[in-house]
Amino acid sequence: MPWSTWPGYSPIDATLVLAGVWLLLGVAGLTAARNTAFVARIVFPLGALVGLMMLGNAIAGIVAPVGARELLLGLPDMPFHVRQDALSCVFLALLGGGSFGISLFASGYFREGPGAAPGLLGFQYHVFLASMAGVLIADDAYAFMVAWEVMALSSYFLVVTQHKVPAIQRAGFLYLLIAHVGALGILLSFGVLQQGSSLTFEAMRATSRPAVWASIAYFLALFGCGAKAGLLPLHAWLPEAHPAAPSPVSALMSGVMLKMAVYATLRFSLDLIGGPLWWWGLATLVLGLGTALFGVVFAAVQTDMKRLLAWSSIENLGIAFTGVGLTLLFRGFGLDALAAIALLATLYHCLNHACFKSLLFLATGSVLHATGERNFGKLGGLIHHMPWVAGLALVGTLAIAGLPPLNGFVAEWLLLQVFLFTASVPQPFIDMLVPLGAALLALVAALSAYVMVKFYGVVFLGLPREADLEQARDAGVPERLGLGWLALACVLLGVLPVPVLRYLQVVSAQLLGTTLGGRLDSWWLLSPISAERASYGPVFFLVGLVLVVVITAAVMRRLYRAGERRAAAWDCGFGRLDARMQDTAEGFGQPIRRMFGPLFEIHRTVPSPTDRAPVYAVRIEDPLWNRLYRPLGRLVLWLADLVSTLQRGRVSSYLLYSFLTLIALLILVL
Amino acid sequence: MINLCAAVLLLLSFAMISQRRTVALVDLFTAQGVTLAVSTLVVALGTGQRHMYYSAALTFALKVIVLPVILRRLIRRLGVQWEAESRLDVTVTMIIGLLVVIFAFGLAEPISALATTVTRSTLGIALAVVLLSFLMMITRRKAVSQVIGFLAMENGLFFAAASATYGMPMLIEFGIALDVLVAVFVLGVFFFQIREQFDSLDLQHLESLKEK
Repeated sequence: MPWSTWPGYSPIDATLVLAGVWLLLGVAGLTAARNTAFVARIVFPLGALVGLMMLGNAIAGIVAPVGARELLLGLPDMPFHVRQDALSCVFLALLGGGSFGISLFASGYFREGPGAAPGLLGFQYHVFLASMAGVLIADDAYAFMVAWEVMALSSYFLVVTQHKVPAIQRAGFLYLLIAHVGALGILLSFGVLQQGSSLTFEAMRATSRPAVWASIAYFLALFGCGAKAGLLPLHAWLPEAHPAAPSPVSALMSGVMLKMAVYATLRFSLDLIGGPLWWWGLATLVLGLGTALFGVVFAAVQTDMKRLLAWSSIENLGIAFTGVGLTLLFRGFGLDALAAIALLATLYHCLNHACFKSLLFLATGSVLHATGERNFGKLGGLIHHMPWVAGLALVGTLAIAGLPPLNGFVAEWLLLQVFLFTASVPQPFIDMLVPLGAALLALVAALSAYVMVKFYGVVFLGLPREADLEQARDAGVPERLGLGWLALACVLLGVLPVPVLRYLQVVSAQLLGTTLGGRLDSWWLLSPISAERASYGPVFFLVGLVLVVVITAAVMRRLYRAGERRAAAWDCGFGRLDARMQDTAEGFGQPIRRMFGPLFEIHRTVPSPTDRAPVYAVRIEDPLWNRLYRPLGRLVLWLADLVSTLQRGRVSSYLLYSFLTLIALLILVL
Repeated sequence: MINLCAAVLLLLSFAMISQRRTVALVDLFTAQGVTLAVSTLVVALGTGQRHMYYSAALTFALKVIVLPVILRRLIRRLGVQWEAESRLDVTVTMIIGLLVVIFAFGLAEPISALATTVTRSTLGIALAVVLLSFLMMITRRKAVSQVIGFLAMENGLFFAAASATYGMPMLIEFGIALDVLVAVFVLGVFFFQIREQFDSLDLQHLESLKEK
């Protein structure tokens, strides 16, 4: 990278400046809060540009030496520390690349309407972006917590843009609640790690602590990050908050913000705490796999586009945490080479998910704008009316389904490769049981492909289920650009895994002290373990795929000269297809509902045979909501009631409380 | 001489606990202020520390002149000169006060062993005054008497500071003096507000503000 060698160039300073520009853009939007044109035409495109520069800076910065700075901001005697190492760079690249596409899309998406003023939205949006950059470069607990909480708060305000709708208020509150419970976990973890020394990460790295405290710190951090990432059982906010938020915000939250949790987990486990124990990895692995399966199964039965994508995000974060678990497991056993592959697969999956999930959420936004519908039951056949969105969403759909040569395949393939190597773990049972996880991962991957067939098929293919769908118009140019950028990223990440892994392996060099070394020499063939064992050449695959398609098309044209005509695809000569004959979203979900019945809480309304106006309804609920969240909520209320008996409303009782406390404390020091 | 002052202070605290009439409470408070000023002056004479003189003067001005005047005017304007506390079991309170004093002395013993001042023996009494004033605030129900309890507590703190370390730095003392003054003003405003709301200064009525 030529600019990485410019004199005076320092990636960390550039990151700080870019984050500052984001903040300024937000403030600029705030000054013209009601001016939609200004916000849409100036603020968001500039924000996108900053995102692109952030991406470039992160790519250049990963090879630069690690830079650290002490800022003038912060409390007196407690300045913020920032530092940008390879791990930060990878996630900054994710933030920059993701936000570039999303901001471009957003510049065409936000328009006048009810809810918060566009300028206010622009402010919250850019503060959100800057706070995520802050999380990634924070180098002391204080700065980290401030950035983390600003991230939670700004995204909360973005979620409740339409704050007059009660359902959205509830969703926002649930999100805020879980975000804060999670932040508490992280705060406590910092409390354990800090142990009286200073709050800087530098000091935490240097301290070694007994295994008990290290484990407590790790699991507290995992709890906090899990709440942000939507790991079981703290996932409840995701399927509520994503549908509530405007689509670019959903895309940003799902595509980018959830990755902050992965970043924080890696930062805590491999960097701050250091020396992970193998059973942390095992616990994380089990949690990740469980979350992935739970997420994908619930995604399969959803009837709302955004809810489906939200559950799919839970699944993908589950996969990412499976990768984190494997990394820690191998690292705990000292198998650093395998840990490096698992780490790279995790990072790769994060990048992938940022691309395709943002893409799909944005596509959902376009569909929502064009039709006003998010419900699968009222969509269909949009490929004819929205060819751009449909085409670009297809790329995302194929990528998330894990089909080669797109990006989703690479990470899942890498992860499976590592999984099969758990046999080399020097611990009985673990070496036999963990490979079973590979089977589970394969199941999740297959189910997610199923989910995506449902998503794409019901929305874009088939016949329109409602008459107004004929009026649907394709997305505008900025929206197409945003979608196109993300689709391009999906393709590039899929076709060029070796250059990407070369970039990513700086992280494993810094955190684990190993790289894949010579196994990344040939840029067209990826063989992470060894060439004899397994290798993957996406370029060959792509070329082969294109050749097969082109040759087939040419041959068909030559053979059937008689001419082409367009006809309904599945009409089969019957000739009277209508929209009600096609499979519905519920229909797609039905086999899953059967197979994974015990996971769901199903409420069915079956009409009686004599009913003249039968209504058939099925409502699927998350069993954890009723069995965990509700009892927990009741417990909290009960405790609150108990505490409120202290509130007597009499001044003298309050004085008595402080008097008794004083006496008790005095006795204590006596 | 210091010990005499301390004894008087303690006696006045007990008197405040047993006194039912609000106006008499103000008199007792003034007496406490005088004692405090005298004791500070005595310490100042004994040790020759310049800032203790200022401190004594400040105490006298604030606690003997300004605050009692404000309190008297407040009471007159509120028309509660002749109001007395209802239902106050003096005997029980006195016994509790006695225990509190014993506790305070026990508490002060290790601390005064560490202190190097001539006044260290009075630390127990200072703590006792603080706790007794606190006790008074708890047992009273009229707003005015609670404020006087609060002020008496500040007296105790001041005395504790004076006896343990020859007083706080001048700046902090000024700050506290100002705080006390402001507190009395603010509370005075509150009195009128409370009376307007409930037609009485009996804090029992505040119970209706409780969240149901």
